[in-house]
Amino acid sequence: MMQSMFHPAGPVAQRIASLGWLLLAVCIVVYVLVMLVTLWALLRRRPVAEDVPRTTRRLTRTVMIATVVTAVILALFTVSSVVAGRGLASPTGPGAITVDVIGHQWWWEFQYRDVTPSDFVTSPNELHIPVGVPVHLKAISRDVIHSFWVPNLLGKRDLIPGQVTNTWLQADDPGIYRGQCAEFCGHQHAHMAFVVVAEPMDKFLAWIQHQRAPATGPASDEEKHGHDAFMHSTCVMCHTIRGTDAGARLGPELTHIGSRMTIAAGTLPNTRGHLGGWVANAQGIKPGVRMPPNPLNPDDLQAVLTYLGSLR
Amino acid sequence: MCRWSWGLAIGASVTLLATACQREVRPFQDLTVASDRAQRPTLSSISPGSPSPAPAPAFSPYQNNAYATGEGKRLFDAFNCSGCHAHGGGGMGPPLMDDEWIYGSQPANIFETIVEGRPNGMPSFRNKIADQQVWELVAYVQSMSGQEPIDVLPSRSDHMRYSTPENARRAEVPKQTGTP
Repeated sequence: MMQSMFHPAGPVAQRIASLGWLLLAVCIVVYVLVMLVTLWALLRRRPVAEDVPRTTRRLTRTVMIATVVTAVILALFTVSSVVAGRGLASPTGPGAITVDVIGHQWWWEFQYRDVTPSDFVTSPNELHIPVGVPVHLKAISRDVIHSFWVPNLLGKRDLIPGQVTNTWLQADDPGIYRGQCAEFCGHQHAHMAFVVVAEPMDKFLAWIQHQRAPATGPASDEEKHGHDAFMHSTCVMCHTIRGTDAGARLGPELTHIGSRMTIAAGTLPNTRGHLGGWVANAQGIKPGVRMPPNPLNPDDLQAVLTYLGSLR
Repeated sequence: MCRWSWGLAIGASVTLLATACQREVRPFQDLTVASDRAQRPTLSSISPGSPSPAPAPAFSPYQNNAYATGEGKRLFDAFNCSGCHAHGGGGMGPPLMDDEWIYGSQPANIFETIVEGRPNGMPSFRNKIADQQVWELVAYVQSMSGQEPIDVLPSRSDHMRYSTPENARRAEVPKQTGTP
């Protein structure tokens, strides 16, 4: 998993990185020149009888040249920054897909809309995108201002409650990139991460086809036990598992939780042990998180973990 | 003498300033209410199977806690309490922002009402809402009729709502009345 703005993997990040490197290079050159001239001015030996009017004329000329050079550099910066900004603003290219990004305290919800509402896909904390295709993002927040940031793929875009903000990204190389909330949003702002999985179009289509399917029914007795424990406990008040009676929209959807890489918004790898600790007492892992401690008895907890693990 | 009194005055004001600002603490772990089923209030002392439960806990862990009250307000809508109680104004369920309490206004009574349910419509949320969240709801239900200090009461809503914010309402004096 990679999170670095120095390794741009798409055109948007590439433009930002190029602009950054340009600004940095020019600034380094200017800085070094200014330092050298300052040193030279400090160290040079003054002639005893210098012609004062000539010095003033030379000084005026030098200052004029330096001012013109500075103005040209600033104009160059302005033009390149406007050009880069225009490139970021317009999602172009054929076959663009649209994903709704919804920010919550403290997790992400990615919704893939479709013509039929039953084909909508909701993927918490995991954004899957096809490689080489512009992906249009419509971002909104459900509570406070968050900011969507995948350093490898694009700069930041704020999520505002009550207003849709638009941006786009495109991944040219397949890979798994880590994203992060970039606007302080409360206790667990630092643990509000997500992953972007960029994969070839056929694998992406297979993924979305799989995500459309409702949850598979419990196969074994243990899974059945877990299913029943889930439906008769606190879980069902906040979470959705499509294909069952659980349909609450307060927490992340769990229909395919077994296939996800991380839990708790990129905080922990999705293993049975971590999930167990999370379900039993999430406050011990992310203090202040909206998930309350759930006093399931040990048998029920183990069965619930087996059931959730089976939801692939 | 004069210098002494000046020193005393400055010392007193510094002490006053240092202690005047009390910041609310949000100890998520310490305030977490464990699943202490035996400590839960119940409607009657009769219970099948297991021995009779102990008396109700007399205090709420989230008394005078603005954060918990705000969380309760969020959950009140999220768990659709508003579906019957209509943001406290009452509809299918009784209003919660007035001074009438059918089953008692103490935190333990409200906790019991949510967990056990009440006759004529109030469902039981036993095992459905975690104790921590029930206590948050209790804090918010109390705040609706001003049973909490004014600096704890919510001052605004997250969504458009045609009602006075909790901290701008008249604090009611609870009275035991009303028919179930």
